[in-house]
Amino acid sequence: MSATEFFQQLINGLSLGAFYALIALGYTMVYGVLRFINFAHGDVFMIGAFCGYYLTPRLLPHFTGWMTPLGPVAVLILTMVICALLGITIEKLAYRPLRQQPKLTVLITAIGVSLFLEYGGQFVFGADPKSFPELMPDRALPGTGALTITTTQLAAFIVTICLLIALTFIVKRTRLGMAMRAVSNNAAAAALMGVNIDTIVSFTFGLGSALAGAGGILYSLSYPSIDPLMGLFPGIKAFVAAVLGGIGNIPGAAVGGIILGVIETFVAGSAFSTYRDAIAFSLLIVILLFRPAGIFGRSQIEKV
Amino acid sequence: MKYRHIKKLALLAAIILSGMASHFSGGINSYYLQIIIFIGINVTLAVSLNLINGYTGQFSLGHAGFMAIGAYVSAYLSTEHSAVLFKALGTNFFSITLLFVAVLMAGGVAASIAGLIVGVPSLRLKGDYLAIVTLGFGEIIRVVIQNTDAVGGPRGYSGIASYTTLFWTYSVAALTIYVVISLIDSTYGRGFLTVRDDEVAAEAVGINTTRYKVTAFVLGAFFAGVAGGLYAHSTTYINPSGFDFQRSIEIVIMVILGGMGSTVGVAFAAILLTLLLEYLRFVAGYEWLPELVRRIAQNRVIIYSLVLIALMLLRPQGLFGRLPRRGIPIGGSTKSAKLPANST
Repeated sequence: MSATEFFQQLINGLSLGAFYALIALGYTMVYGVLRFINFAHGDVFMIGAFCGYYLTPRLLPHFTGWMTPLGPVAVLILTMVICALLGITIEKLAYRPLRQQPKLTVLITAIGVSLFLEYGGQFVFGADPKSFPELMPDRALPGTGALTITTTQLAAFIVTICLLIALTFIVKRTRLGMAMRAVSNNAAAAALMGVNIDTIVSFTFGLGSALAGAGGILYSLSYPSIDPLMGLFPGIKAFVAAVLGGIGNIPGAAVGGIILGVIETFVAGSAFSTYRDAIAFSLLIVILLFRPAGIFGRSQIEKV
Repeated sequence: MKYRHIKKLALLAAIILSGMASHFSGGINSYYLQIIIFIGINVTLAVSLNLINGYTGQFSLGHAGFMAIGAYVSAYLSTEHSAVLFKALGTNFFSITLLFVAVLMAGGVAASIAGLIVGVPSLRLKGDYLAIVTLGFGEIIRVVIQNTDAVGGPRGYSGIASYTTLFWTYSVAALTIYVVISLIDSTYGRGFLTVRDDEVAAEAVGINTTRYKVTAFVLGAFFAGVAGGLYAHSTTYINPSGFDFQRSIEIVIMVILGGMGSTVGVAFAAILLTLLLEYLRFVAGYEWLPELVRRIAQNRVIIYSLVLIALMLLRPQGLFGRLPRRGIPIGGSTKSAKLPANST
C-alpha cells in the first residue's frame, strides 16, 4: 500500500466513521440516561434517509438563486425534527410503560420496535432499493493532488463537527443538558432535586434520534442506494462504536465511531474484504472481553 | 408410577408414534409433510433455546448460527464423505440410518463446540450486551460460511440427500423436550434456575454459575445443531442467508410467546407460529380480503413485531410463563425502588 493509497483509505474511513459517530451518540445518550440499548435506533437512521428521499424533491425547488445552498440545510433540519418526534413517540408508546419492568422486557420490545420500523418501512416505502436524490453536487475537490476528497465527504465532516459542537454545548452549558447529566449520574437523586425524569428521557430520545436522522441523510449522500433494512448493520456497528468508546460517554462515542470507520475501511480494502461485516462484531467481542468499559469509560463496580 | 417413569414412557411412546406416523406418511401431500417436519424442527430449536434464554436467563440472539453450523457440518459430511461408508456396508436401510445418526451427531457436536466458544464470553456479560454479542457471533458464523468455498459460499449448498423423515424429526423433538425437562427437574438442574433468578445469591450458596451458563449454551447449541442437520436433510438445499439474524429472532419469538422457562408453552408456541405463518401465505392469496390485509399477511415480520410489542406491554411472561420473582427497573439498581436509581 503506497502512502497515497493509505491516506485515501484514511479519508474514506474517517467519513464512514463520521456516520457511525452520529448514530453512536444516540445509543450512548439513551444508555446514559436509561441504561438500556435502544435497538430501534438504527432504524431511526433509516427513517432519516427516507425523509431525505421524500423531502428533497419537494423542498429543493423552493430554494433558488442565492438561497440554493440553504436547500440541503432545510432538508437536514426538517429531517432531524421529524426523527426527533419519531424518537420521542417511540419512547412514549413503547418504552415508557415498561420503565419499571425487567431490562429484558424492554430489550425485547426494542427489538419489536426495530422490526416494526424495518418491515413497516418495507410495507410503506416498498422493499426495493431506491436511489437517493442529488441533494448537493458530488464532485472531487480540486487541489488535493492524488487524493480524492469529494464534496459530500467534506459536507459530512463539516455537519458532523457542527453537530458535535452543538451537542457538547447543549449537554455542558444548558439547564436541560445539566439535568441530563444529573439523571445519567443518579436518577433517583436527580428526581429528588426536582428534575422531571420523563421530560429528560424524552429530550434525550429526541436529541439522539435527530442525530441519527442527520446521519441517515449524510450516509445516503455517500451511499445513495437506500432501502428499509439499511439501518440494521450501521445501527449495530454504531452500537459497537459506542461500546468501543465507553458506553454512556459522549466524546467516547464520537472517537469510537471514527476508529471503527477507519478499521472497517482498511479491512474492506485488504484481502479480507468479504469479512468486512464480521470485523465490527469481532471487535465488540474483543473489547467486551478485555476492556468492557471501553476506551474512555470507567469500570463500575456492581453493588449488591 | 413414579413421575420419572412417566416421562421415560412418554418419550418412548413419542418415538414409537413418530415411527408409526413416518411409516404411514407416504400418502400425505408433500407440502403438508414438509410443514409438519418444519414444526418438529422449530419445536427442537425453540425448546433448546429456552434452556439458554428461559431457564438460565442468558438472553441469546444467535441460535440460527448454531443451527447453521449443524446444518452445514452434517450436510457436508453426508454429501462428501458418505461414499466410504456406503462402499463398506452397501447402500441399505442400515447404512443410511448409521450415516444419518452419525452426521446429525457430528453437526450437534460441532454446534456445541461453537456454543462453548460463545458461552465463555457470556460469563462476563449480561442482558443486552450478551444479546448483542450472541447476535454478533451468529453473524460471524454466517459470514464465515459465506466465505467458505467448500460448501458453496454465498451460492448455498445443494444436492444434500433427503434423509429427514417424520420419525427422525419428532424423535429428536421428543428427546430434546425430555432432556430439557429432566434436566430442569433434577437437583443439578435447579442450578440453572438459580442462575437466572439471582446470580449473586446462587454464587453465595456455592453454585458454580460459570459452569451452568456454559452447560446451557453447549447443550442448547447441540440440539440446535441437530435441528440444523434435520433441516438441511429435509430441504436438501441450504443457503447462508437462511440462517441470518431474522431466523434467530423467529426462534426467540417462539420462546417469548410460549413463555420463557416453560417447555410446554414454548413447544406449543413453536407449533402455533409455524402453522400461523404458513396460513398467512394462504391469507395473502384470498381475493375477497381487502388489499391492505393481504399485503400485511405477505409481510410476516410486521406481524412478528406487533406480536412482540403487544406481548411485552400486555403479558410480558408469555402465554404459559410465570412472572419473574422480582423486577429490576430500567436505569435502576437491583434494589428496586419506585424511582429509577443507578447503582453508582
